[in-house]
Amino acid sequence: MVRVVIPYHLKMLAKVSGEVELDVASPATLKGVLEALEARYPMLCGTVRDQSTGKRRPMIRFFACEEDWSNESPEKPLPEKIANGAEPLLVVGAIAGG
Amino acid sequence: MSRVRVLVGTRKGAFVLTSDGKRQKWTVDGPHFAGWEIYHLKASAVDPDRIYASQNSSWFGQIIQRSDDGGKTWHQPGTPAGEPTTTPEGFPKAESNKFVYDASEASGRPLTTHLWYDGTQHPWEFKRVWHLEPSLTDANTVYAGVEDAAMFRSTDGGQSWHELAGLRGHGTGPNWQPGAGGMGLHSILIDPKNHERMFVAISAAGCFRTEDGGKNWKPINRGLRSPYIPDPDAEVGHCVHRIALHSSRPDVLFMQKHWDVMRSDDGGDNWYEVSGDLPTDFGFPIEVHAHEPDTVFVVPITSDSLHYPPDGKLRVYRSRTGGNDWEPMTRGLPQENCYVNVLRDATCVDSLDPCGVYFGTTGGQVYGSADGGESWNAIVRDLPAVLSVEVQELA
Repeated sequence: MVRVVIPYHLKMLAKVSGEVELDVASPATLKGVLEALEARYPMLCGTVRDQSTGKRRPMIRFFACEEDWSNESPEKPLPEKIANGAEPLLVVGAIAGG
Repeated sequence: MSRVRVLVGTRKGAFVLTSDGKRQKWTVDGPHFAGWEIYHLKASAVDPDRIYASQNSSWFGQIIQRSDDGGKTWHQPGTPAGEPTTTPEGFPKAESNKFVYDASEASGRPLTTHLWYDGTQHPWEFKRVWHLEPSLTDANTVYAGVEDAAMFRSTDGGQSWHELAGLRGHGTGPNWQPGAGGMGLHSILIDPKNHERMFVAISAAGCFRTEDGGKNWKPINRGLRSPYIPDPDAEVGHCVHRIALHSSRPDVLFMQKHWDVMRSDDGGDNWYEVSGDLPTDFGFPIEVHAHEPDTVFVVPITSDSLHYPPDGKLRVYRSRTGGNDWEPMTRGLPQENCYVNVLRDATCVDSLDPCGVYFGTTGGQVYGSADGGESWNAIVRDLPAVLSVEVQELA
């Protein structure tokens, strides 16, 4: 089980509070987590990654175990602490705008 | 007695303003979609409780919302409440958020680039829906004007969207270029006498017309003159801010261009200037009175560099002669220290008698006039910056 923290606006859209917990096939990857997130909450399709290209939206970042995973390969296995739920994967909206 | 419902899109959510036919006392409901940019909301003329909304964020992209109960509750039409959230194959739905340009061979014209700021060709990139225009005859059919400029249509209540690729692909597309505000298709007018005939306007490309429901398009910009582009009389490249028509006379079009207020008497084939005695002919919205086809409203803005009213006085100008002769309407509007703007989709008229006129400002005020513009009241004063205003009359 992977824990995911999503930004406020996406919590509102998905009608959830707190963290999201997802079953992700092993080995857990960013791609696997996002697929599970979108399958559980299809209203989030297109909000984190482009629906056509699958690329991360420019003002979204991913953090895992205090490291920036935004530009890592979506296929790369996530750290063990993310995969086993000890630490949450953070989906972060860039701090910008008003 | 009739009621009116005003749909307000703002930088931080949507608001629904309601009143009886006197339009003096108002109820304010909202924010809906708090914190999100709501570029536009518009109700179906066929089913007044059917409202479409464009919800957007620079961070999280485009969401299409729909209400079937007059704005009380909303859902994304691609993920209906209570239905399975995935297809039988296991793929997520949410098709209602998916705007994919048609670059297929099947469209006949797989156009994929347009002119960029530096003169190079740049790929078309979907950013947001600027304007939603419901069909005049079918509540499930709705058109979307998007940035980068293109037109999409849904025939299933917003569940899925398909591009009318003949617009981007008719030939001039590679010469379209974004203005400072982006390359958005912001105006969609459906000819009430011939629904196959539609007019659209794009910043900064110009106006285009279809006679066959969106399959084929042609530029209609003859007579527009823009001294700030390389060829002032070019076929495309003009920064049209808004177009409007009266339902009884769809061959007569009015336009607020970047500079210049224009008019066409032949469905856009030829345009001529009707700025006349306006204090400045820069502005964004333009609107036609519901009962008087020659009565037109604009909100002059100082200049392209100074996006606020001249002299700090907020004045709606009205022409009752189809242009050229304009009179300022000021009663109830601030006449000192006012430095707000009125954006292109932020004016509208109702069809009650007398005609109601409404506009929203970047300062968060929504003003209404229940007497054709003679006098104004602030319906609400302190909303987020207003992006769009639409009104419905309800039985």
